[in-house]
Amino acid sequence: MAKTRRDFIRISSLSTAGVLAGAKYLQSAMPQFLQANQTSGGDVDLQRTPTYCEVCFWQCAGWVYKNEDGSIKKIVGNDDDPNCNGRFCPRGTGGVGMYYDEDRLKTPLMRVTGADGKQSYKEVSWDEAFDFIAEKLVKIKEEHGPECTALFTHGSGGHYWGTLLKAFGSGNIAAPSYAQCRGPREVAFIATFGSGLNSPEPTDIRDTRCLVLIGSHLGENMHNGQVQELSDAIDKGATIITVDPRFSTVASKSKHWLPIKPATDIALLLSWIREIVNNEWYDREYIEKYAYGFDQLKAYVQPFTPEWAYGITTISPGQIRETAREMANASPSVIIHPGRHVTWYGDDTQRLRAVAILNALLGSWGRRGGFFVPDKMSLPDYPHPPFPAPTRTWRDAMGGKYNLADLALASGVCDATIPSPELDCNIKGWIVNGTNLIMTLPDQKKTIDAINNLDLLVVVDTMPMEITGYADIVLPECTYLERWDDFRLAQGREPSIALRAPAAEPKYNSKPAYWMAKELSKRLGLEDYFAWNSFEEMLDWQLKQVGSSLDEMKRIGVKNLPRAYDDLYFQPGEDIEFNTNTGKIELYSTALAEEGFDPMPVYTPHAEPPEGYYHLNYGRAPMHTFSRTANNPNLTDLMDENTVWVNPKVARQWYLKNGQEVYLENQDGIVTDFAVKVRITERIRFDSVYIVHGFGHSNKKLSRAHGKGASDSQLITRVLLDPIMGGTGMRGNFVTFRLEKESEVQS
Amino acid sequence: MRYAMAIDTKKCVGCSDCVVACQTENNVPIGYCRDWIVEVTDGTYPQLEIEIRSERCNHCENSPCVRCCPTGASHYEAGGIVTVTHNECIGCGACIQSCPYDARYSHPDGYVDKCTFCLHRVKKGQQPACVEVCPTKCMYFGDLDDPNSDISQVLKKRKSKTLIPEAGTKPHVYYLI
Repeated sequence: MAKTRRDFIRISSLSTAGVLAGAKYLQSAMPQFLQANQTSGGDVDLQRTPTYCEVCFWQCAGWVYKNEDGSIKKIVGNDDDPNCNGRFCPRGTGGVGMYYDEDRLKTPLMRVTGADGKQSYKEVSWDEAFDFIAEKLVKIKEEHGPECTALFTHGSGGHYWGTLLKAFGSGNIAAPSYAQCRGPREVAFIATFGSGLNSPEPTDIRDTRCLVLIGSHLGENMHNGQVQELSDAIDKGATIITVDPRFSTVASKSKHWLPIKPATDIALLLSWIREIVNNEWYDREYIEKYAYGFDQLKAYVQPFTPEWAYGITTISPGQIRETAREMANASPSVIIHPGRHVTWYGDDTQRLRAVAILNALLGSWGRRGGFFVPDKMSLPDYPHPPFPAPTRTWRDAMGGKYNLADLALASGVCDATIPSPELDCNIKGWIVNGTNLIMTLPDQKKTIDAINNLDLLVVVDTMPMEITGYADIVLPECTYLERWDDFRLAQGREPSIALRAPAAEPKYNSKPAYWMAKELSKRLGLEDYFAWNSFEEMLDWQLKQVGSSLDEMKRIGVKNLPRAYDDLYFQPGEDIEFNTNTGKIELYSTALAEEGFDPMPVYTPHAEPPEGYYHLNYGRAPMHTFSRTANNPNLTDLMDENTVWVNPKVARQWYLKNGQEVYLENQDGIVTDFAVKVRITERIRFDSVYIVHGFGHSNKKLSRAHGKGASDSQLITRVLLDPIMGGTGMRGNFVTFRLEKESEVQS
Repeated sequence: MRYAMAIDTKKCVGCSDCVVACQTENNVPIGYCRDWIVEVTDGTYPQLEIEIRSERCNHCENSPCVRCCPTGASHYEAGGIVTVTHNECIGCGACIQSCPYDARYSHPDGYVDKCTFCLHRVKKGQQPACVEVCPTKCMYFGDLDDPNSDISQVLKKRKSKTLIPEAGTKPHVYYLI
């Protein structure tokens, strides 16, 4: 019988005691001579505060250690945290740099126009800032309606701004992490299995026998838990297959590297599907019991022979057959990894559908070594009045498109801000929390166009990112090391709760987002939605509802709970109803068919680079998160600029030398603001170049990041829209080299 | 007691976590480091190989840096760990010149600094900060004289190499290949 949660807590506190005893044992087992020499001032003596990381979305839980003088020394993973298992990644370890960065936003700023007509920022008090925002919001409400406001958010502070906006009467709450990142895979997996992947993805990498990565550069993207499990899988001898035009780090750990021609992945996937279907390598029992549309799929994939795919992908038929066989051999302990940033070519939902179908055929969904069934803790909200229903949202501006998008599109909200004759509701006010829209959204001109149509732009951030330069009001948020926040309730093999407590007082005149939203709520008559007196009281109340307390969480930082229901994997022969129209895993998608889209993925050729141009591929470096860490003193010390990767053949054609500085120019004549150093390497195809995303900052207030490297965001002016869910495909851009800039020649 | 480290190049992804963890653990000033990443690419497209190594002081058994130190600041600690006593170091830099691995640097405070295998942690029964933080768990630290230690076991099972063996320094950092 399942234990109640109250019981579990007692056991959990016992297990903590067990850990301490373990440490003591370790000490006594130490060699004598070392024990005699022990110095004081070790970790056990340092004060530690529980936190979870805010440098990326993985949100690993850890401990902040301080020096004797109370200053922050280091951050170390919490051993009990399932997201990190006690090991932070370089960004989490370097999170201290976010706190110490002297370029941080220090006090609220208001845009003012001087007597000479020049605009500048004036330092203002929090009261002045809030009064200004409240006045503008009320004006928008009166003139256009409360639904003409929107929130763009990334990170934990967004929750409170979301509460404020919902209370105000708007439903426009968007995160670029959807339409600019993982949205297509969510829609594809929902269409196939009836549930999305969410975060962290329930990939059972530690027990897999075959991991297939398509454009996913695990290890360069430091999705901590997954990188750790990748390492476990390498230890256990799992077969890794990497499909990437670039010899990524993980490609070098792979048995098979398939250097695919960019933009042709669907052809490879269809060919793999055909191989597995025609050779009867699929999980017959699983498909018969759970799947819908196998016969249609079988008939549909017949033309997609490996020879057909060879001409498109440049991957040899032998390699396609061999890798399909490898997957089948490992079935069902095989993962065709869905990736994370998947908005590439505008047919991304269909590509991810092919990935989902392949997983279904191999029976990996819900199976050990494939995808486990995740569980997640939920805590009740602190009591508040019901939110008013917004009369209109950004969706009304979409003309019936993107019905399958299960979350708001940041790009859609942006579109709904630009006035057009067809739309009666144009968004007039934005709150932007923790996301640098200038570098996050493609097509910078459009973003700036939308901003120019706003009556109010409030930017909440810790750093003077480019977006702050467009704001009417800039609100300096304190870093995650200086504030309380909502609990992290990550999904995983077991549900868990992690606490973030402040390790230090906020530096400068910075404040937490929850405080800002609550203060603003008072000026808007919405204080009932923030009815708690102190944030700690609110957190404690939430924990009490599930039999824990803030005191306990301060002590342990992370609490793992038993699964509430369901097993980690499907049981043999278990009857399962999937949340799709047919209740089955849909190889043939009825939902897509209903909306008028192809029910099975179709390969469409994409544009190829003109002569002298190359596919612009971009990705991540393990020590940086998007563009937000580019000024972090600890992390810039590890990598302070990006380089453009160029194949030696291409370098010869352009007479490029290693380390030479060039500008990149895209197909629309856009040239990067700054030069970037050339890295000549065999690790990339001759039809592509590669740069790490997040560099080339133009804001001079970012003293370490300004002018370092090239910005891929600047070059992404051609956006390939996914007709199914509105994702903004960003890989359809081509670049060429410019040895110097016209402006420089003139000057 | 012979302390040593083994680093699995098959698992290391070169993320530099060991570098930043060392910096925050040991108050290494920004712009300096006691450990670093080396990435070596071999071959031509598409037949390629990469070896990624986290490198640091090799805590050599036959250390040129200890031998050449005029003040005795560079010395062996118990277990063969090579360290520099900061207040005995005159910053002459002879050791920096003598090290074939370029593992030492001049600290802005005037002394020479380098990896200590986190001796202050090892004394408390903890692992060095780099070993403890590594997300790929690619580093092993322990006593070569203990046949049951993780490091002895992994070196027995796996093929390994040391860097610049021809220098005759008898390094105590091994790379699993």
